[in-house]
Amino acid sequence: MSFPNPATSVKLVLLGEAAVGKSSLVLRFVSNDFQENKEPTIGAAFLTQKCTIGSKVIKYEIWDTAGQERFASLAPMYYRNAQAAIVVYDVTKPASFIRARHWVKELHEQASKDITIALVGNKYDLVEQDSPEDEENNMRKVSVEEGQNLADEEGILFFESSAKSGYNVNDIFIGIGSKIPESKVASSAPGGQGSSNTEGRIDLTSNAANNNRSGGGECAC
Amino acid sequence: MDENYDVIVLGTGLTECVLSGILSVEGKKVLHIDRQDFYGGESASLNLSQLYKKFKPSAQKPEFLKGRDRDWCVDLIPKFLMSNGELTNILVHTDVTRYIEFKQIGGSYVYRSGRIAKVPANEMEAVRSSLMGIFEKRRMKRFLEFIAKYDEDDTTTHQGFNLDKNTMEEIYAYFGLESGTKDFIGHAMALWSTDNYLNEVARPTYERIMLYVQSVSRYGKSPYIYPLYGLGELPQGFARLSAIYGGTYMLDTPIDEILYDDDGKFSGVVTKEGKAKAPIVIADPTYFPERVKKIGSKVIRAMCILDHPITGTNDLDSVQIIIPQNQVGRKHDIYIAVLSDVHCVVPKGYYLAIVSTIIETETPHVELEPAFKLLGERLDTLMGIAELYEPQTDGTDSNIFISKSYDASSHFETTTDDIKDIYFRVTGKPLVLQKRPTIEEEQALNGL
Repeated sequence: MSFPNPATSVKLVLLGEAAVGKSSLVLRFVSNDFQENKEPTIGAAFLTQKCTIGSKVIKYEIWDTAGQERFASLAPMYYRNAQAAIVVYDVTKPASFIRARHWVKELHEQASKDITIALVGNKYDLVEQDSPEDEENNMRKVSVEEGQNLADEEGILFFESSAKSGYNVNDIFIGIGSKIPESKVASSAPGGQGSSNTEGRIDLTSNAANNNRSGGGECAC
Repeated sequence: MDENYDVIVLGTGLTECVLSGILSVEGKKVLHIDRQDFYGGESASLNLSQLYKKFKPSAQKPEFLKGRDRDWCVDLIPKFLMSNGELTNILVHTDVTRYIEFKQIGGSYVYRSGRIAKVPANEMEAVRSSLMGIFEKRRMKRFLEFIAKYDEDDTTTHQGFNLDKNTMEEIYAYFGLESGTKDFIGHAMALWSTDNYLNEVARPTYERIMLYVQSVSRYGKSPYIYPLYGLGELPQGFARLSAIYGGTYMLDTPIDEILYDDDGKFSGVVTKEGKAKAPIVIADPTYFPERVKKIGSKVIRAMCILDHPITGTNDLDSVQIIIPQNQVGRKHDIYIAVLSDVHCVVPKGYYLAIVSTIIETETPHVELEPAFKLLGERLDTLMGIAELYEPQTDGTDSNIFISKSYDASSHFETTTDDIKDIYFRVTGKPLVLQKRPTIEEEQALNGL
């Protein structure tokens, strides 16, 4: 008799300038949907989605910035114990690429050392019609090489994607899932920092006494 | 950003963040500003550099303290959550528990006759307690049985008392309790910080003892719970709730000007980002110094860094110790909150003890000596004195609603009273917490 592998939770945070398509990428990944002119993020900013990679099932617990990046007001809580991060920029907006560089630096300072980071140049659909002969009028303002170089310098993953067409979106999450160290995944309770410290945590939403969650495993949400 | 909001909130302390979160969930458009570049205001937890910058600006942060800067999360205001208290209730109803993890505090201790002992929380523990002699234990057991069995609708359980008429002193006298026993019931269980309650009606004390007993019975070790990474997680969690429901956050943004309308009522603020308008402002006392008054007592708080657990506590990783005022010839209790790496507030191998009390003399640091004796050797001690403020008016005249300073009590019950009170003054209706949808329900609602 065999059991399917239990899904292990991975906290993934999104970073990037406003309007680069952070929420749209998640919406595409979670529900294979896209909304044109989506309003800035309100309401559901904590989505979960399972992702199967080989024999491994990862349950992404995706944290959106909820607009707190707009005036540089992201709380330390946001980065705390994140095991993965997606830093998004818009391939048609050079300023958003400069911000992306800043966010990668911020992650190295604020997040745990072994966080898996993916740099993503979004809105690929806008540059598909660009012609190599007419660079002046092309939509693309950040080249593939610039993106790839930054990723190589920082030792992180790199993708170009389109939340609108769906291009490469699943690949980002699969790429991250494949790169997350196995041991890290196994020992991670939600927001946790490994099995050594999960003992004695309490679930406030339960009325039962002594309901300690120990070890890792399924997330309570 | 010339924009209009329903409410502007100034300061990201816990009171302000809870209100911001609740109002945003209710659909209000909230702009939340803090002049400092970190969340939490007076209820923040500071990392090592921030801590030394605040309390010992002339000194470098000491070399002998190990760990990364952010491995230290030292609370400016030492408090614990009662596991059955109102803040826990608010956390559960707003689902902010999604963002914060909690652990129990390992034990609750009280000082009596020169040493400390665990506070008995039920009849069984009372019988085993080293705090009392054999006859006193029986009297204490009978008292706790009376509290546990008391039923408002069944007069046979009242033993002839009326909680709204009889004083607590009368009830103690009936059970024949010694003064040292009264000290730990009144101060370590009912958590009164003075003896004023003795000659007041018994009901509030009864309710406080019940809160203590029910909180202990919820998880077992003590009535207290504490968030991993420090109390500063609480304002951050509620700020996130507010942001998710559309709240706008601006840190590191001083207020250049407060705007008033022709009737002298609040109408907006000017900051480096421009003008923002709203008919209502909620703020901590530091944003309106001319509209608050001193309540007349000052709190001294000492953050003590240790490399050992507290003697006499079975080497517990965390503990509360209360030194009742009578025991050391004072008028106000001394509180000690001890935490360790188990709660992710110090690196492994360190303990943090925060001692606090209301100042009674000209030499406040000397007043903390009884606590320092219990702690043993300290690696370093950082002390601060805080003046406590409250608003001069209820704010309805100006639409400026100001919170109270965080007091010296050991828990958050007075903070949640202030939150509910401000909510009522702002909205005109009592705060009724509604259960936020679960993640699954939320995703379903969004068609996901």
